[in-house]
Amino acid sequence: MMLLFFGGQIGVNAISDMLYYSYDIDIYINFNAFAAGVLTIGFIFGAYMGETFRGAFMAVDNGQIEAGKAYGMSSGLVFRRIRFPQMMRHALPGLSNNWMVLLKTTALVSVIGLTDMVRVAAEASRATHEPFTFLLPVAVAYLLIASVSEWIFARLQKHYDIGFGGQ
Amino acid sequence: MLDISTWFNDLLAGNTIFTADTLGYYWEGLVTTTQLVFLSLVAGLILAVPLAIMRSSKHKWISLPVYLYTYVFRGTPLLIQLYIIYYGVVFVDGIQESFLWPVLREAFYPALIAFTLNTAAYTTEIFRGAIKSTAQGEIEAARAYGMSQNLMMRRIILPSAFRRALPAYGNEVIFMLHASAIASVVTLMDLTGAARFVYARYYAPFEAFLFVAAIYLCLTFAILFFFRYLEKKLLAHLRTQDA
Repeated sequence: MMLLFFGGQIGVNAISDMLYYSYDIDIYINFNAFAAGVLTIGFIFGAYMGETFRGAFMAVDNGQIEAGKAYGMSSGLVFRRIRFPQMMRHALPGLSNNWMVLLKTTALVSVIGLTDMVRVAAEASRATHEPFTFLLPVAVAYLLIASVSEWIFARLQKHYDIGFGGQ
Repeated sequence: MLDISTWFNDLLAGNTIFTADTLGYYWEGLVTTTQLVFLSLVAGLILAVPLAIMRSSKHKWISLPVYLYTYVFRGTPLLIQLYIIYYGVVFVDGIQESFLWPVLREAFYPALIAFTLNTAAYTTEIFRGAIKSTAQGEIEAARAYGMSQNLMMRRIILPSAFRRALPAYGNEVIFMLHASAIASVVTLMDLTGAARFVYARYYAPFEAFLFVAAIYLCLTFAILFFFRYLEKKLLAHLRTQDA
C-alpha cells in the first residue's frame, strides 16, 4: 500500500505511457488509450481513496459499533446503518480533495494520445499559434467542473453532518 | 577509479538497453528533474509565506486577490498552466527583444515558472490553514504581552504555523516531484523525458519506464525520510515523554 500510495502518481505518467505503448502497439491486443487511461488513473486513485476510507473507518467511535452489536444488529447491518454513514462524514473532506486531484490528473491522458479537451486545445494552439484562445477556455472549463463538484461536496458534507450540531 | 569502471562495464555487459550511454541520459534527466523541483519549491515557498499572510488577512481587498490566485491555480490542471505559459510566453509584447528572451526561450524556464506558481498556490493554502488553526489562547497571550501585529506574526503565529504545516507541506513536495514528470511534454529532458527517449530508441517500454519509476520512488522515499526527520526535530516538544 505504501508503495502504491507514494509511488502512485508517477504511474499516471510512466505506467500509462507504458501500458499504452506496450499493449496498443507491441502486442496488438486492442487495448485502447481510453481503457489504459481509465484503468491507470482508477488503479492509482483506488490506492489513495483506500487510504482515505481506512482513516475514516478508524475515526468511527468504537462505542458506536459496540452499541450496534448490543442492539443485536448483524455485522452487515452495523456496517450499513452505523459505520458507513459515520465513516462518510470523516471521509468526505479527504474524498473531495482526492476528487479534485483526480480531476486535474485526467488532463494527463492527453499525453498518452487520448483526445480530451487538453489535447484538442494544445493541438489547435500549436497549429494556429494562438495559445490563449484555445487554452484559456479549457482552463475555465476545469474551473467550472471544480466549482460544481465543490458545491456538491459541500451539500454532501451537510447531509452527513446532520446530527452533529453544525460542527 | 579503473576498478570501478571495469566493474561498471562488467555489470552492464550483456545488457542492450542500460548501456553507459542511456544511463547518461537518465543521469541528465535526474539532474534536470531535481533542479526543476528544487528551484520551484524554493521559489514557491518564498512566494507562499507572504501570500498566506495576506490570504488570512481580515481585509477583503487584501485576501480576495490571493484567494482568486489560489482558486485559479488549484482549480486548473498543471498541464494546462504549463501549456499556457510555454506557448504563451512568446506572445508577451516585446519579450523577444528583451534581455530575458535567451532565458525564456528554453523550455526549462517556462516550466519552472509554471511549477513555481502552481506550488506557491497550494503552499499558500496549506500555510493559511496552519495560520488559521493557531490556538486562540496563543494569540491572546501575545496580545496580553503587548506585542504588535507584526511581532506576533513573527514570533508566535508563523513558527507554530510552520510546524503544523510540515506534514501537509511534505505531501506537497512529493506531489511536486510527481507532477514534474509532465515537464517532458514541453520537450524538456527530465527523468520521464529520458525514459521516453530510451523507450523510443529501444522500443522497450517496461524496462525504460519501470527503471525511471524506481528512481522516482527512491527520490520520494528520500523526501519522505527527510520530512520525517524534520518533524521529529521540530515537533519534539509535542511528543509524550515515555514514547
